[in-house]
Amino acid sequence: MIGAIVAGLTGSGGASLSSYESIATATGTGSSATITFSSIPSTFKHLQIRGIARGTANGGTTPLTYYINCNSDTGSNYAYHRLQGDGATASALGQATQTKIYMGVYADSGYSANIMGTMVVDILDYGSTSKYKTFRAISGVDDNSGTTGSQISLRSGLWMSTSAISTIAITNNGGDNFSTSTTFALYGIKEA
Amino acid sequence: MPAGATYEPIATTTGSGTSLVTFSSIPSTYTDLRLIVFASMTTGDTIDVNFNGTSGTSYSYTELTGNGTTAASTRATSYSKFLIPRLQVSGTGTTKFMSIFDIFSYAGITNKTCLITTSCDKNGSGSVERTVGLFRSTSAITSISLQTTNFYNYDSGSQFTLYGIKAA
Repeated sequence: MIGAIVAGLTGSGGASLSSYESIATATGTGSSATITFSSIPSTFKHLQIRGIARGTANGGTTPLTYYINCNSDTGSNYAYHRLQGDGATASALGQATQTKIYMGVYADSGYSANIMGTMVVDILDYGSTSKYKTFRAISGVDDNSGTTGSQISLRSGLWMSTSAISTIAITNNGGDNFSTSTTFALYGIKEA
Repeated sequence: MPAGATYEPIATTTGSGTSLVTFSSIPSTYTDLRLIVFASMTTGDTIDVNFNGTSGTSYSYTELTGNGTTAASTRATSYSKFLIPRLQVSGTGTTKFMSIFDIFSYAGITNKTCLITTSCDKNGSGSVERTVGLFRSTSAITSISLQTTNFYNYDSGSQFTLYGIKAA
């Protein structure tokens, strides 16, 4: 059963002088394939998601992929490109008119214990109501195996909507759930 | 509830006149670390990066690189360090290279995975390097050392800054 974790936002309340603020953090439960940041405030200029992730049940030793949807939009309103290396081969791919953005890789459950995939996703001008939304990501997993268990991945993504982003759902594409050692943190970056 | 500092400088050093820069007694109170290196050496060299004074075979990496001619992906396993830049020796004087380490959950109980972004351009040679690195240790990272590989000193104007990033 695929469940969902919703990371609600804590009220910020007081004044902050920081330009880079932590908005919310979500941790995997072991029984959910999706982590969602909802009610994202419109008070920042850009967003950044930083995370470490691992799957629970596939038992494989090759990197799995996670994807992003915005504002519960599952229509064919996304596109992405990737450049990646597995330690032997550099490769590239572009996909248009997609129902999601595949934004990076994480470790499957068959990796050695305590091996995690990592990612940083930047979303620029997420609150704009006149621009499509552009994503940039770097992610990777290394397992010291010398085989195809490792991958470094660079990605760009596009959500073809002029709506402000208020919800971001991160879903693992491995058919299993995010482990309890998985955490994603959402940050907001203010302009002057 | 007032927001605390999320992205804080922990320490900064120039390294000028020395071949070794060390960040020690790193507090465990952040979620991630970001190390920013902007450096050159008196003679073109590379930098050995180690955590917690550990060398041996605790490191591995997978990289995607471009040298102005060729794009490639390579890897190393059971290695003794992270090496920056990987493809080129650095410039000298005013020609510096940049490397940013993002070290995730550095104080947590999992092995430590890093994303390393390195850019080096010497007007005729250079490299773009994007790397995922693994430091196989479940101990918190409390120190980071940056030793030039051939012991050439860092040039004036080199800068090393360690930041802490704290999640909610």
